[in-house]
Amino acid sequence: MNLQENLTVLGVFSLLSVLAVGGGAAVLPETKALVVDTHHWLTDDQFRDIYGLGQVVPGPNMLMVMVIGYHVSGYFGALLAYLGFFVPAGLISWGASRIWDHFEGSPWRRSLQEGLAPLVVGLMAAGTISIARTAIDGATTVAIAIAVFLGVRFVKKVNPAIFVLGGGVVGFLTLS
Amino acid sequence: MNTSLPPVEAAPTGPDAPPPGAAPTAPAKVPMAELFITFLIIGATSFGGGVVAYLRNALVLQKGWLDEERFLSALEISQALPGLNATNMAIIVGDRLRGVVGSVVAFLGITLPGATLVMVLGVLYASNAKNPYVNAALIGVGAAAVGMLTAVTFQIGRKQFGKWIDVAIILVTVTLINYLHVSLIWVLLTVGPVAVFIYRPSQLEPPSVPPKQETVP
Repeated sequence: MNLQENLTVLGVFSLLSVLAVGGGAAVLPETKALVVDTHHWLTDDQFRDIYGLGQVVPGPNMLMVMVIGYHVSGYFGALLAYLGFFVPAGLISWGASRIWDHFEGSPWRRSLQEGLAPLVVGLMAAGTISIARTAIDGATTVAIAIAVFLGVRFVKKVNPAIFVLGGGVVGFLTLS
Repeated sequence: MNTSLPPVEAAPTGPDAPPPGAAPTAPAKVPMAELFITFLIIGATSFGGGVVAYLRNALVLQKGWLDEERFLSALEISQALPGLNATNMAIIVGDRLRGVVGSVVAFLGITLPGATLVMVLGVLYASNAKNPYVNAALIGVGAAAVGMLTAVTFQIGRKQFGKWIDVAIILVTVTLINYLHVSLIWVLLTVGPVAVFIYRPSQLEPPSVPPKQETVP
Protein backbone atom coordinates (compact mmCIF):
# COMPACT_ATOMS: atom_id res chain seq x y z
CA MET A 1 0.00 0.00 0.00
CA ASN A 2 1.09 3.59 0.18
CA LEU A 3 4.12 4.87 1.96
CA GLN A 4 2.20 7.20 4.25
CA GLU A 5 0.14 4.35 5.67
CA ASN A 6 3.17 2.10 6.18
CA LEU A 7 5.03 4.87 8.00
CA THR A 8 2.00 5.38 10.23
CA VAL A 9 1.94 1.66 11.11
CA LEU A 10 5.63 1.74 11.97
CA GLY A 11 5.19 4.96 13.98
CA VAL A 12 2.15 3.81 15.94
CA PHE A 13 3.69 0.50 16.98
CA SER A 14 7.06 2.06 17.79
CA LEU A 15 5.30 4.52 20.08
CA LEU A 16 3.40 1.67 21.74
CA SER A 17 6.68 -0.21 22.09
CA VAL A 18 8.38 2.47 24.17
CA LEU A 19 5.21 3.02 26.21
CA ALA A 20 4.81 -0.67 27.05
CA VAL A 21 6.16 -0.41 30.60
CA GLY A 22 4.86 -3.52 32.32
CA GLY A 23 4.29 -5.55 29.17
CA GLY A 24 1.48 -6.20 26.73
CA ALA A 25 -1.61 -5.88 28.89
CA ALA A 26 -0.41 -2.49 30.13
CA VAL A 27 -0.43 -1.03 26.65
CA LEU A 28 -3.76 -2.53 25.53
CA PRO A 29 -6.03 0.48 26.19
CA GLU A 30 -3.63 2.74 24.29
CA THR A 31 -3.36 0.20 21.45
CA LYS A 32 -7.13 0.07 21.18
CA ALA A 33 -7.45 3.86 21.31
CA LEU A 34 -4.92 4.34 18.50
CA VAL A 35 -5.97 1.42 16.30
CA VAL A 36 -9.77 1.74 16.65
CA ASP A 37 -10.54 5.36 17.59
CA THR A 38 -7.70 7.39 16.11
CA HIS A 39 -6.80 5.53 12.91
CA HIS A 40 -9.98 3.47 12.29
CA TRP A 41 -7.92 0.49 11.16
CA LEU A 42 -10.28 -1.93 12.93
CA THR A 43 -13.73 -1.92 14.47
CA ASP A 44 -14.24 -2.62 18.16
CA ASP A 45 -15.30 -6.19 17.41
CA GLN A 46 -12.40 -6.85 15.04
CA PHE A 47 -10.01 -5.63 17.73
CA ARG A 48 -11.56 -8.03 20.24
CA ASP A 49 -11.35 -10.91 17.74
CA ILE A 50 -7.72 -10.23 16.85
CA TYR A 51 -6.82 -9.89 20.50
CA GLY A 52 -8.41 -13.31 20.95
CA LEU A 53 -6.28 -14.76 18.14
CA GLY A 54 -3.20 -13.49 19.96
CA GLN A 55 -4.25 -15.35 23.08
CA VAL A 56 -4.36 -18.78 21.47
CA VAL A 57 -0.88 -18.67 19.97
CA PRO A 58 2.24 -19.41 22.02
CA GLY A 59 5.05 -17.01 22.79
CA PRO A 60 4.98 -13.28 23.52
CA ASN A 61 1.33 -12.29 23.85
CA MET A 62 1.35 -9.16 21.69
CA LEU A 63 2.28 -10.87 18.41
CA MET A 64 -1.29 -10.03 17.42
CA VAL A 65 0.01 -6.58 16.42
CA MET A 66 1.13 -8.34 13.23
CA VAL A 67 -2.47 -9.13 12.33
CA ILE A 68 -3.37 -5.47 12.87
CA GLY A 69 -0.54 -4.47 10.52
CA TYR A 70 -1.77 -7.05 8.02
CA HIS A 71 -5.23 -5.47 8.03
CA VAL A 72 -3.74 -2.08 7.22
CA SER A 73 -1.29 -2.99 4.47
CA GLY A 74 -0.88 -6.72 4.01
CA TYR A 75 2.19 -8.80 4.83
CA PHE A 76 4.50 -5.78 4.69
CA GLY A 77 2.28 -4.06 7.25
CA ALA A 78 2.52 -7.16 9.45
CA LEU A 79 6.32 -7.03 9.27
CA LEU A 80 6.37 -3.31 10.11
CA ALA A 81 4.06 -3.82 13.09
CA TYR A 82 6.32 -6.67 14.34
CA LEU A 83 9.50 -4.61 14.00
CA GLY A 84 7.84 -1.47 15.33
CA PHE A 85 6.43 -3.14 18.40
CA PHE A 86 9.42 -5.23 19.43
CA VAL A 87 12.60 -3.51 18.24
CA PRO A 88 12.51 -0.09 20.02
CA ALA A 89 11.80 -1.60 23.45
CA GLY A 90 14.31 -4.35 22.70
CA LEU A 91 17.02 -1.79 21.93
CA ILE A 92 16.31 0.05 25.18
CA SER A 93 16.58 -3.17 27.20
CA TRP A 94 19.71 -4.19 25.34
CA GLY A 95 21.40 -0.86 26.06
CA ALA A 96 20.23 -0.82 29.67
CA SER A 97 21.47 -4.33 30.30
CA ARG A 98 24.95 -3.25 29.24
CA ILE A 99 25.04 -0.30 31.64
CA TRP A 100 22.74 -1.64 34.38
CA ASP A 101 25.50 -3.23 36.39
CA HIS A 102 27.13 0.16 36.85
CA PHE A 103 24.19 1.04 39.07
CA GLU A 104 24.61 -2.11 41.15
CA GLY A 105 24.88 -0.24 44.43
CA SER A 106 22.35 2.52 43.72
CA PRO A 107 19.47 2.50 46.20
CA TRP A 108 17.30 4.08 43.48
CA ARG A 109 17.28 0.76 41.65
CA ARG A 110 15.07 -0.65 44.36
CA SER A 111 12.99 2.53 44.51
CA LEU A 112 12.36 2.15 40.78
CA GLN A 113 11.25 -1.46 41.18
CA GLU A 114 9.07 -0.89 44.24
CA GLY A 115 7.49 2.24 42.78
CA LEU A 116 6.84 0.85 39.32
CA ALA A 117 5.33 -2.42 40.59
CA PRO A 118 1.92 -0.95 41.59
CA LEU A 119 1.87 1.20 38.44
CA VAL A 120 2.39 -1.92 36.32
CA VAL A 121 -0.37 -3.78 38.19
CA GLY A 122 -2.64 -0.76 37.66
CA LEU A 123 -1.83 -0.76 33.93
CA MET A 124 -2.58 -4.49 33.71
CA ALA A 125 -5.91 -3.95 35.47
CA ALA A 126 -6.66 -1.09 33.05
CA GLY A 127 -5.85 -3.39 30.10
CA THR A 128 -8.18 -6.07 31.47
CA ILE A 129 -11.02 -3.56 31.91
CA SER A 130 -10.46 -2.21 28.42
CA ILE A 131 -10.75 -5.68 26.83
CA ALA A 132 -13.70 -6.58 29.10
CA ARG A 133 -15.67 -3.61 27.78
CA THR A 134 -15.90 -5.19 24.34
CA ALA A 135 -15.50 -8.86 25.23
CA ILE A 136 -18.07 -9.12 28.02
CA ASP A 137 -21.55 -8.94 26.57
CA GLY A 138 -24.26 -11.18 27.97
CA ALA A 139 -24.49 -14.03 30.46
CA THR A 140 -22.46 -16.59 28.47
CA THR A 141 -19.39 -14.35 28.24
CA VAL A 142 -19.63 -13.52 31.96
CA ALA A 143 -19.81 -17.24 32.77
CA ILE A 144 -16.82 -18.04 30.52
CA ALA A 145 -14.72 -15.25 32.05
CA ILE A 146 -15.49 -16.34 35.63
CA ALA A 147 -14.84 -20.00 34.86
CA VAL A 148 -11.47 -19.22 33.22
CA PHE A 149 -10.52 -16.89 36.07
CA LEU A 150 -11.18 -19.64 38.62
CA GLY A 151 -9.42 -22.23 36.47
CA VAL A 152 -6.24 -20.19 35.95
CA ARG A 153 -6.19 -19.06 39.57
CA PHE A 154 -6.76 -22.37 41.28
CA VAL A 155 -5.91 -25.21 38.90
CA LYS A 156 -2.16 -24.75 38.69
CA LYS A 157 -1.29 -27.90 36.79
CA VAL A 158 -3.19 -27.00 33.63
CA ASN A 159 -1.66 -24.74 30.98
CA PRO A 160 -3.73 -21.50 30.86
CA ALA A 161 -3.96 -21.86 27.08
CA ILE A 162 -6.24 -24.87 27.58
CA PHE A 163 -8.74 -22.69 29.44
CA VAL A 164 -8.59 -20.00 26.76
CA LEU A 165 -9.18 -22.56 24.01
CA GLY A 166 -11.96 -24.04 26.14
CA GLY A 167 -13.61 -20.61 26.17
CA GLY A 168 -13.47 -20.65 22.36
CA VAL A 169 -15.10 -24.09 22.24
CA VAL A 170 -17.86 -23.02 24.65
CA GLY A 171 -18.44 -19.90 22.56
CA PHE A 172 -18.55 -21.94 19.38
CA LEU A 173 -21.10 -24.38 20.87
CA THR A 174 -23.39 -21.90 22.58
CA LEU A 175 -23.20 -18.61 20.66
CA SER A 176 -23.24 -19.63 17.00
CA MET B 1 26.95 -32.51 1.64
CA ASN B 2 27.56 -33.07 5.28
CA THR B 3 29.99 -30.22 5.81
CA SER B 4 27.36 -27.63 6.59
CA LEU B 5 27.85 -27.67 10.34
CA PRO B 6 27.61 -24.22 11.87
CA PRO B 7 31.21 -23.00 12.25
CA VAL B 8 30.64 -22.03 15.87
CA GLU B 9 30.32 -25.70 16.73
CA ALA B 10 33.84 -26.29 15.55
CA ALA B 11 35.31 -24.08 18.23
CA PRO B 12 38.58 -25.66 19.36
CA THR B 13 37.32 -26.04 22.90
CA GLY B 14 35.39 -29.15 21.79
CA PRO B 15 37.21 -31.96 23.56
CA ASP B 16 38.10 -29.85 26.57
CA ALA B 17 34.64 -28.40 27.01
CA PRO B 18 33.38 -28.87 30.55
CA PRO B 19 30.66 -31.48 31.00
CA PRO B 20 27.09 -30.20 31.20
CA GLY B 21 26.29 -28.79 34.57
CA ALA B 22 29.91 -27.94 35.28
CA ALA B 23 30.82 -24.96 37.42
CA PRO B 24 29.14 -21.85 36.04
CA THR B 25 32.23 -19.81 36.79
CA ALA B 26 33.70 -20.58 33.35
CA PRO B 27 30.75 -20.78 30.99
CA ALA B 28 31.49 -22.41 27.67
CA LYS B 29 30.50 -20.50 24.56
CA VAL B 30 26.92 -21.43 23.82
CA PRO B 31 26.53 -22.59 20.18
CA MET B 32 24.29 -20.27 18.14
CA ALA B 33 22.18 -23.16 16.88
CA GLU B 34 21.51 -24.32 20.43
CA LEU B 35 20.68 -20.77 21.50
CA PHE B 36 18.17 -20.49 18.64
CA ILE B 37 16.56 -23.87 19.26
CA THR B 38 16.24 -23.25 23.00
CA PHE B 39 14.43 -19.94 22.50
CA LEU B 40 12.38 -21.45 19.66
CA ILE B 41 11.12 -24.14 22.03
CA ILE B 42 10.28 -21.55 24.71
CA GLY B 43 8.48 -19.52 22.05
CA ALA B 44 6.50 -22.54 20.93
CA THR B 45 5.48 -23.82 24.36
CA SER B 46 4.93 -20.80 26.63
CA PHE B 47 1.40 -19.52 27.01
CA GLY B 48 -0.57 -17.00 28.96
CA GLY B 49 1.99 -14.66 30.42
CA GLY B 50 3.81 -17.45 32.21
CA VAL B 51 6.90 -17.04 30.07
CA VAL B 52 9.17 -16.15 33.00
CA ALA B 53 8.69 -19.60 34.50
CA TYR B 54 9.52 -21.24 31.16
CA LEU B 55 12.63 -19.07 30.73
CA ARG B 56 13.90 -19.83 34.21
CA ASN B 57 13.29 -23.52 33.74
CA ALA B 58 15.15 -23.66 30.42
CA LEU B 59 17.99 -21.20 30.99
CA VAL B 60 18.79 -21.72 34.66
CA LEU B 61 17.67 -25.23 35.51
CA GLN B 62 18.10 -27.20 32.27
CA LYS B 63 20.90 -25.46 30.38
CA GLY B 64 22.70 -23.79 33.27
CA TRP B 65 23.58 -20.84 31.01
CA LEU B 66 22.80 -18.36 33.77
CA ASP B 67 22.86 -18.66 37.51
CA GLU B 68 19.84 -17.59 39.55
CA GLU B 69 21.35 -14.18 40.29
CA ARG B 70 22.14 -13.29 36.68
CA PHE B 71 18.70 -14.48 35.63
CA LEU B 72 17.03 -12.21 38.19
CA SER B 73 19.14 -9.23 37.18
CA ALA B 74 18.08 -9.72 33.53
CA LEU B 75 14.47 -10.06 34.66
CA GLU B 76 14.74 -6.89 36.74
CA ILE B 77 15.78 -4.93 33.64
CA SER B 78 13.08 -6.53 31.48
CA GLN B 79 10.40 -5.59 33.95
CA ALA B 80 11.51 -2.04 34.70
CA LEU B 81 11.82 -1.06 31.04
CA PRO B 82 9.29 -0.93 28.21
CA GLY B 83 8.52 -4.03 26.18
CA LEU B 84 7.41 -7.57 26.86
CA ASN B 85 9.31 -9.65 29.39
CA ALA B 86 9.63 -12.49 26.93
CA THR B 87 11.32 -10.55 24.13
CA ASN B 88 13.36 -8.30 26.41
CA MET B 89 14.68 -11.37 28.26
CA ALA B 90 15.57 -13.05 24.97
CA ILE B 91 17.49 -9.96 23.86
CA ILE B 92 19.34 -9.49 27.15
CA VAL B 93 20.19 -13.17 27.66
CA GLY B 94 21.18 -13.58 24.01
CA ASP B 95 23.49 -10.58 24.33
CA ARG B 96 25.08 -11.86 27.53
CA LEU B 97 25.70 -15.29 26.01
CA ARG B 98 26.73 -14.43 22.44
CA GLY B 99 26.70 -10.65 21.99
CA VAL B 100 24.58 -8.71 19.50
CA VAL B 101 24.10 -11.61 17.08
CA GLY B 102 23.07 -13.77 20.01
CA SER B 103 20.35 -11.33 21.00
CA VAL B 104 18.98 -11.24 17.43
CA VAL B 105 19.02 -15.06 17.26
CA ALA B 106 17.28 -15.44 20.64
CA PHE B 107 14.69 -12.79 19.74
CA LEU B 108 13.87 -14.47 16.41
CA GLY B 109 13.68 -17.85 18.13
CA ILE B 110 11.21 -16.79 20.80
CA THR B 111 8.93 -14.89 18.40
CA LEU B 112 9.01 -17.12 15.32
CA PRO B 113 6.53 -19.87 16.32
CA GLY B 114 3.89 -17.47 17.62
CA ALA B 115 4.40 -15.01 14.76
CA THR B 116 3.93 -17.73 12.13
CA LEU B 117 0.85 -19.13 13.82
CA VAL B 118 -0.78 -15.76 14.50
CA MET B 119 -0.30 -14.79 10.84
CA VAL B 120 -1.88 -18.05 9.64
CA LEU B 121 -4.84 -17.46 11.96
CA GLY B 122 -4.96 -13.76 11.04
CA VAL B 123 -5.13 -14.47 7.30
CA LEU B 124 -7.80 -17.13 7.87
CA TYR B 125 -9.71 -14.69 10.05
CA ALA B 126 -9.53 -11.94 7.43
CA SER B 127 -11.19 -14.24 4.87
CA ASN B 128 -13.77 -15.62 7.33
CA ALA B 129 -14.60 -12.47 9.27
CA LYS B 130 -18.34 -12.85 8.58
CA ASN B 131 -18.51 -16.56 9.46
CA PRO B 132 -20.85 -16.91 12.48
CA TYR B 133 -18.95 -19.96 13.83
CA VAL B 134 -15.63 -18.13 13.74
CA ASN B 135 -17.20 -15.11 15.43
CA ALA B 136 -18.81 -17.23 18.15
CA ALA B 137 -15.54 -19.02 18.91
CA LEU B 138 -13.63 -15.72 19.06
CA ILE B 139 -16.25 -14.17 21.36
CA GLY B 140 -15.65 -17.15 23.67
CA VAL B 141 -11.87 -16.70 23.44
CA GLY B 142 -12.20 -12.97 24.16
CA ALA B 143 -14.29 -13.64 27.26
CA ALA B 144 -11.80 -16.31 28.37
CA ALA B 145 -8.94 -13.83 27.88
CA VAL B 146 -10.66 -11.44 30.31
CA GLY B 147 -10.78 -14.20 32.91
CA MET B 148 -7.15 -15.10 32.33
CA LEU B 149 -5.92 -11.48 32.43
CA THR B 150 -7.80 -10.95 35.70
CA ALA B 151 -6.15 -14.03 37.21
CA VAL B 152 -2.69 -12.99 35.98
CA THR B 153 -3.17 -9.43 37.30
CA PHE B 154 -4.05 -10.78 40.76
CA GLN B 155 -1.15 -13.21 40.64
CA ILE B 156 1.43 -10.59 39.67
CA GLY B 157 -0.06 -8.00 42.04
CA ARG B 158 -0.58 -10.25 45.05
CA LYS B 159 1.94 -8.23 47.11
CA GLN B 160 0.66 -4.85 45.90
CA PHE B 161 -3.01 -5.57 46.60
CA GLY B 162 -2.11 -5.95 50.27
CA LYS B 163 -0.64 -2.44 50.73
CA TRP B 164 -2.93 0.59 50.85
CA ILE B 165 -0.44 2.91 49.15
CA ASP B 166 -0.06 0.46 46.26
CA VAL B 167 -3.83 -0.03 46.01
CA ALA B 168 -4.13 3.77 45.79
CA ILE B 169 -1.60 3.89 42.92
CA ILE B 170 -3.46 1.06 41.15
CA LEU B 171 -6.82 2.83 41.52
CA VAL B 172 -5.43 6.17 40.31
CA THR B 173 -3.89 4.45 37.26
CA VAL B 174 -7.12 2.62 36.37
CA THR B 175 -9.22 5.77 36.84
CA LEU B 176 -6.93 7.88 34.67
CA ILE B 177 -6.81 5.34 31.84
CA ASN B 178 -10.24 3.70 31.80
CA TYR B 179 -12.49 6.48 33.08
CA LEU B 180 -10.74 9.77 32.30
CA HIS B 181 -9.11 8.41 29.10
CA VAL B 182 -5.79 10.07 29.85
CA SER B 183 -3.14 9.04 27.34
CA LEU B 184 -0.72 6.38 28.60
CA ILE B 185 2.30 8.62 28.05
CA TRP B 186 0.93 11.19 30.54
CA VAL B 187 0.05 8.49 33.05
CA LEU B 188 3.61 7.15 32.88
CA LEU B 189 5.11 10.65 33.16
CA THR B 190 2.97 11.67 36.15
CA VAL B 191 2.17 8.53 38.18
CA GLY B 192 5.61 6.97 37.49
CA PRO B 193 7.80 9.64 39.14
CA VAL B 194 5.32 10.08 42.03
CA ALA B 195 5.32 6.32 42.69
CA VAL B 196 9.12 6.13 42.58
CA PHE B 197 9.31 9.19 44.86
CA ILE B 198 6.97 7.52 47.35
CA TYR B 199 9.47 4.66 47.43
CA ARG B 200 12.56 6.92 47.45
CA PRO B 201 15.58 5.33 49.11
CA SER B 202 15.06 7.06 52.45
CA GLN B 203 11.57 5.54 52.64
CA LEU B 204 12.67 1.98 51.88
CA GLU B 205 12.97 -0.54 54.62
CA PRO B 206 16.51 -1.82 54.82
CA PRO B 207 16.97 -4.78 52.47
CA SER B 208 16.42 -8.12 54.07
CA VAL B 209 20.02 -9.12 54.64
CA PRO B 210 20.45 -11.68 57.36
CA PRO B 211 21.40 -9.78 60.48
CA LYS B 212 25.12 -10.05 61.07
CA GLN B 213 25.91 -10.00 64.71
CA GLU B 214 29.45 -8.80 64.47
CA THR B 215 29.98 -7.49 67.94
CA VAL B 216 33.35 -6.32 69.03
CA PRO B 217 35.37 -9.29 70.14
